[in-house]
Amino acid sequence: MGRGLCTRVNRGDKMAAPMSIVEEIRTRVILQEFGVKNAHTTDYPGNYPGYDDSWKMADFKKNFRIDIVDMDENTMEFDMVGIDASIANAFRRILLAEVPTMAVEKVFIYNNTSIVQDEILAHRLGLVPIKADPRLFEYRDAGNEGEDDEEGSEIDTIKLQLKVKCSRNPRATKDSADPRELYLNHMVYSKDMKWVPIGNQADVFADINIGPVHGDILLAQLRPGQELDIVMHCVKGIGQDHAKFSPVATASYRLLPEISLLEAVEGEKAERLRGCFSRGVMELEDRDGKKFAKVVNSRLDTCSREVLRHEDLKNLVKLARVRDHFIFTVESSGVLPPDVLVTEAIKVLMTKCSRFLNELNTSNME
Amino acid sequence: MTNSCTLIGRRNMAGDCEKKPVLEMMQADGGDEGCVTYVLHNEDHTLGNSLRYLVMKDVDVEFCGYSITHPSESKINFRIQTRGGIPATEPLRTGLTQLNHVCQHVLNTFQARVDEFKGNQDQSME
Repeated sequence: MGRGLCTRVNRGDKMAAPMSIVEEIRTRVILQEFGVKNAHTTDYPGNYPGYDDSWKMADFKKNFRIDIVDMDENTMEFDMVGIDASIANAFRRILLAEVPTMAVEKVFIYNNTSIVQDEILAHRLGLVPIKADPRLFEYRDAGNEGEDDEEGSEIDTIKLQLKVKCSRNPRATKDSADPRELYLNHMVYSKDMKWVPIGNQADVFADINIGPVHGDILLAQLRPGQELDIVMHCVKGIGQDHAKFSPVATASYRLLPEISLLEAVEGEKAERLRGCFSRGVMELEDRDGKKFAKVVNSRLDTCSREVLRHEDLKNLVKLARVRDHFIFTVESSGVLPPDVLVTEAIKVLMTKCSRFLNELNTSNME
Repeated sequence: MTNSCTLIGRRNMAGDCEKKPVLEMMQADGGDEGCVTYVLHNEDHTLGNSLRYLVMKDVDVEFCGYSITHPSESKINFRIQTRGGIPATEPLRTGLTQLNHVCQHVLNTFQARVDEFKGNQDQSME
């Protein structure tokens, strides 16, 4: 017996087809009033008599599927079905902390007469996402701290410059109070960060404009006489080191909810039941003149468990989540498109495995 | 307690040229090769939990678990105990290989679906 032979609960029907208790423990996370049941994976070999739970690659490939729900240039939502939580979580953790990007690391402040302190300004500059493909760069060897401060080769550093001077607008009317009229260059935006190509970067990146992803990030405000003269070096890093290197605005997943009605609910109770769930989850259908509640789309539910707060409604439904169905949402910060980020994350996990496999093999040969 | 450290240099971001151990093996029982605790450096729940899941799926493994020794140190203790006298490196190696294959399959499936989705999007735009 394998995972394919369980009695699946019929979603969309008004009554749940009963699922055997064992199947429920193996495949569902039950949401109860005071806790969550069956949260852990238990299908290891030997746990369930009569089940062969050892790892079978062929079965995994048969049951596994990915469905892309929505994708645009910055956000993507997709479903990963048939995989365990530990691996899905590994992908999520890698997306947040181990996919490399380029970000400002060293800030050389030659002149800062603005009201923003040096270190605050440097911190803000570091957090600006830089549109440069990190796969084309290498990590900088920071072995000689202090020696090679001003240098950085073309393969591991991007040099940016910010040079803004605020002056009074000679053409402003006498009695205007609007700073936009009175001053020139009084707002320093990220679009003022200009790329300075080093070495052969001008040829290699001729058609790509290296610079901040968004040009409208306000970095500082100036008044006449104040100026900023800053040179920045961007290096490649990962989110584990500093959050500025994280390529995603956020990456998260949730498990597919499953709502099953245990008995027929009609009339006013059905109305209240519908109100307990997110909009679109439950609808009322007309049958013999009476309105019956019916689960239409449990995917839309946010699982607030509101229904368990009502004494007369809480025994009518069963709230569960499907343990191996993950709904991922990946929102990129603009550096790379989200599908590229997911592929990079999977490759990072593969690199980790290969590294330890090489370790094992080389240490065995000694 | 035999303590054999494999010292193989690895490129790391900090960039110092020292050779740092990546994987150490600390055998708790003198003669039993089936019960071993590995110390994996620069790893955390990301690899630890997924590797633990795949090693547990092996029928020969009696016990598998990992723990993070201290949150300030980025290393994990990964313990495998096997049945039948099988050396513990076997399930570890199998687990790592299988994790590799799982990732490869996920990658292929994902890329195929993304291309399909983009193809459908282009078609509907025309």
